[in-house]
Amino acid sequence: MIHVRQLQIRAGSFSLSNISFTIPSGRYAVLMGRTGCGKTTLLEGVCGLRRVEAGSIQLHDRDITHLPPASRGIGFVPQEAALFHHLTVAEHLAFALRVRKWPDTHVRARVAEVAESLRLTPLLDRHTHGLSGGESQRVALGRALSFRPEILCLDEPLSALDDETREEICSVLGDLHRSTGVTVLHITHNQREADRLASIVLRLEQGVVSCTQRAP
Amino acid sequence: MTAARSPQPASSIPRDPTGADRAFLAALILLGGSYLLVLVAMLVADASYTSPSHLWKALRSPEIRFAIHLSFLTCTLTAILSIWVAVPIGYLLARWRFPGRALVDALLDIPIVLPPLVIGLSLLILFQTPPGRAIERIIPVTYAVPSVILAQFMVACAFAVRTMRATFDQISPRQEHVALTLGCSRPQAFWWVVIPEAKRGILTAGTLAWARALGEFGPILIFSGATRMKTEVLPTTVFLELSVGNLEAAVAVSLLMVVAAVAVLLIIRTFGAQESLGRPL
Repeated sequence: MIHVRQLQIRAGSFSLSNISFTIPSGRYAVLMGRTGCGKTTLLEGVCGLRRVEAGSIQLHDRDITHLPPASRGIGFVPQEAALFHHLTVAEHLAFALRVRKWPDTHVRARVAEVAESLRLTPLLDRHTHGLSGGESQRVALGRALSFRPEILCLDEPLSALDDETREEICSVLGDLHRSTGVTVLHITHNQREADRLASIVLRLEQGVVSCTQRAP
Repeated sequence: MTAARSPQPASSIPRDPTGADRAFLAALILLGGSYLLVLVAMLVADASYTSPSHLWKALRSPEIRFAIHLSFLTCTLTAILSIWVAVPIGYLLARWRFPGRALVDALLDIPIVLPPLVIGLSLLILFQTPPGRAIERIIPVTYAVPSVILAQFMVACAFAVRTMRATFDQISPRQEHVALTLGCSRPQAFWWVVIPEAKRGILTAGTLAWARALGEFGPILIFSGATRMKTEVLPTTVFLELSVGNLEAAVAVSLLMVVAAVAVLLIIRTFGAQESLGRPL
């Protein structure tokens, strides 16, 4: 469960204040709102990439408000995938595990498992140059999920994809959520994505988050 | 009834678009090509003024061999020092907003816009101040080899800083953000993500610093002097040979510098092309 209470975040001259919402464990929350309303700023605050000025963020019973991003256990997939061009697909999937100093055998097993679930096995030895948009997003998803995070934050991961690939990644996201049970916070502008994936819809309007529960 | 369409002005549709394209392309080639032509003509003139025997004679001269050795040594050290300094400065300027950032940015351009002789003079004066004299008591700098490296470094580093700044500007901070969420500390994200992503930029900055250092003369003349077999680098040799009227030797040494510079550029371009194809460097 992620519980955000009275959060205040500043991004240059823009600021969000008194933001509160709760996402129960295992739910798929979609955060919607107009361009520039602060969705990405809020997501960055949750991930620890932007300093929180006031309020609190709780992950289960843990206060993570002022923890560095590395200690939060939150997977993050940005809009542009932000792959590391010097690494192969396999190295992307192993990155977080190597940082955590997992033994080699465990790393190999986990990379194979993630690759299998995201249909990345044939691409494992490829560098990121020449990957399609959909493949890049699947690598970014695998990289973020490799260390089994409690929360997965997605910042418009489908916005740069064509309709066909968007459908494909939508299916991948739905399958992943069902198979891993990870709690998801997904930013999108697309109502169809929200209809298809969300069990909770959060709307950020004029600095206030409203919440709509949907049938799972 | 249909409204009569106003006729389109004839001038808005080129009568012969292919001809206009050709004229435009010809103008571009003429303007750009004239510069390239003079550049190549200069090199051809140099090459035609000398002969293999002049080159061989130059290469056998102990003074010129010393200058070649010292030039390669000092340029390599300057390039390494420049990267060592340019990487942190470029990264700080690209990633952090801090008070006085614009001033620091402007200060870093001073060696680029300042006349080289002024840099040499300023270094000479700096080492006459009490802190400068204190350093001199430990390591002799002025009119010695360290002065050559320092003079080259002060100019070459500014170019390396500009290159590194542009390199880090082009690397999305999102990659670092992702690395942080994957469990990296800031230093780990820097070493494991930013530096490998910036590898080509670092290589370019090092090459630029090396090539710039090879051609540096003004500050070296003032700060290091032009003493044969002591602080003589290749540009100093050209100057000394010219001053005694030995034009053949001066041209031969100039050609050596041209060959060295072109070779370094070609090597780096080749490695750069391989890197862009995804092969390890």
